[in-house]
Amino acid sequence: MEKPDSIKTLDDKQTRYWKKNLRLISSLLAVWAVVGFGGGILFAVPLSNVPFFGVTLSYWIAQQGAIFVFIFLILIYAIRMDKLDKQYALEKKEENQHKSL
Amino acid sequence: MLSVEAITITMVIITFGIYTGIGWWSRVRDTSGFYVAGQNVPTVANGAAIAADWMSAASFISMAGLVAFLGFDGTIYLMGWTGGYVLLALLLAPYLRKFGKFTVPDFIGDRFYSSHARAVAAIATIFISLTYISGQMRGVGIVFSRYLQVDIIVGVLIGMAIVGFFALLGGMKGVTWTQAIQYFVIIIAFIIPAVAISLQLTGNPVPQLALTTSDIVDRLGQIQVDLGMTEYMAPFTDLSMLNVFMITLALMAGTAGLPHVIVRFYTVKSVRAARWSAVWAILFIALLYLTAPAVGAFAKYNLIQTIADKPLEEVQEIGWVNKWETTGLLQFDDKNDDGVINFSEGEGNEVAIDGDIIVLSTPEVANLAPFIIALVAAGGLAAALSTASGLLITMTSAVSHDIYYRIFNKQATERQRLRVGRITLLVALLIAAYVGVKPPGFAGEVVALAFGLGAASLFPVILLGIFDKRMNKEGAIAGILTGLIFTLVIIALILSESIFGTDGPILENFLGINAQGIGVVGMLLNFIVSFVVSRNTEAPPLHIQQLIEKVRAPEMDEDNEVAASEED
Repeated sequence: MEKPDSIKTLDDKQTRYWKKNLRLISSLLAVWAVVGFGGGILFAVPLSNVPFFGVTLSYWIAQQGAIFVFIFLILIYAIRMDKLDKQYALEKKEENQHKSL
Repeated sequence: MLSVEAITITMVIITFGIYTGIGWWSRVRDTSGFYVAGQNVPTVANGAAIAADWMSAASFISMAGLVAFLGFDGTIYLMGWTGGYVLLALLLAPYLRKFGKFTVPDFIGDRFYSSHARAVAAIATIFISLTYISGQMRGVGIVFSRYLQVDIIVGVLIGMAIVGFFALLGGMKGVTWTQAIQYFVIIIAFIIPAVAISLQLTGNPVPQLALTTSDIVDRLGQIQVDLGMTEYMAPFTDLSMLNVFMITLALMAGTAGLPHVIVRFYTVKSVRAARWSAVWAILFIALLYLTAPAVGAFAKYNLIQTIADKPLEEVQEIGWVNKWETTGLLQFDDKNDDGVINFSEGEGNEVAIDGDIIVLSTPEVANLAPFIIALVAAGGLAAALSTASGLLITMTSAVSHDIYYRIFNKQATERQRLRVGRITLLVALLIAAYVGVKPPGFAGEVVALAFGLGAASLFPVILLGIFDKRMNKEGAIAGILTGLIFTLVIIALILSESIFGTDGPILENFLGINAQGIGVVGMLLNFIVSFVVSRNTEAPPLHIQQLIEKVRAPEMDEDNEVAASEED
């Protein structure tokens, strides 16, 4: 086994970018699971005793509330990734300036 | 005064004229334009196109009806068909765009450095798209049979001709712009009657809010219980909690694994644009999905008020009842000969109503103007048409690009590929029409099966292809095959009555999970098998690992100009 089994080409900054991306994805997906599968399904029976305006809370989460949350999650991801991109671009610029000096 | 049918036909002809005009104006002649529209579609237009591509006859015609009959449990469609976008936007779309290929089998073939993987992915694509398109043909058939007053089989055949015409006319670019326009027809057609019926019942013109603020849903629950039906808001009355969970998850993962939706994210110019396309798409989609539960509940309420416990003869004189009866989708059977309609569930029920007619009949039940009725018909057709053309393109590219060109004939000219594509398209249409005439369920249910197949086959390998660097071709191929075959076999066994004509289903369910939810089990098997197989075989070659790292790196390293121009 002389040949390496795996290769790494990302530099430190890129690795950090990817790790941050992964952390963001996991936390957003946690909300996705808790609201959709928790509130909308697994805890639907107890929550159906909780009134929400003219309907029950579990009915509202399952038929409308979860959808609002889904929109929100996708929006946050797009915004946060834009920020992450910008941050990365800034770091990169600084690095290049150092190099050219 | 023109009849409803005449106005409808006029409306349909006008909207189709517009689609044809746009398709002609933006037609393309090269293959890149045919498959991915040259990657220069603006984000908002792409979002609208994704929404139209995505919202099919199932969303427009079937869903609110299914929700009306399932009550709470209708959430499987509401959450299932929106929650998948979270997976798609976070886990797949940006990376697939960065990878920059034409089709899903292209990604799988390259990432897993194997034409076997490519072929398997192409076959999965074909299976998923065919199942999905059959649901569309049925939707189109229902609209035509109602407004032309012809048999549903004739309706399906007319729909087949029209869908084929539009798909042959333009490639992806034509389809993208046409779909963006179709989105607006779909959403207007869905919202206007919803607003009208909401005003009529609750005095609130915003149906999405009226659903929660009014007491209609509560009253509907009461009336249903009085009639011997299940309580509308109570969870798990029609499906067990296990099935609601499984079906919802299958529809979500399936959404993310649908090749004709994924391919839309290749049509934008950057990774950033892919993320924002997803934002626009979910916004456009949610507009309909937040309205659907209101339409479902209000329509059911109106329907019960109109026919339950009313004299049969009187009801049969109502115009819309009469017309839907001739299509065979609404039937009365006065079992106890008392001349009064018993509308309930189970034994004493005297009404057989196809869920697919709920949305289409809503404006008529609520006595809205003929113009609105016509608009709804045009919207239903736009929904079916936009999805069907997206599916046909995807299926055609799987055969002509992924199988024929990339595997069998690497020297094929563009002409040859287009010809193979067009032949595929015709064959696919014929099969879809056949299944559309003899479907194993409502349009929405048939479509749900396609999602199970997507969840079990493509979703896991695309995901692992991006996030698991160690995943290799052996694992991917074994995974797709396991998921696809397992799911197909179980679905066939559960639906054996309508597929093989057996006397009863060979298999009632799989550990309590029904045909629509079985994709989740297929998906888990896919994950397990591909993981185990990949860890016991050789790691992927180094240049492939490098490729995956590149997909994970920020966009600007690859293309400074694109990123810079978007900074402003």
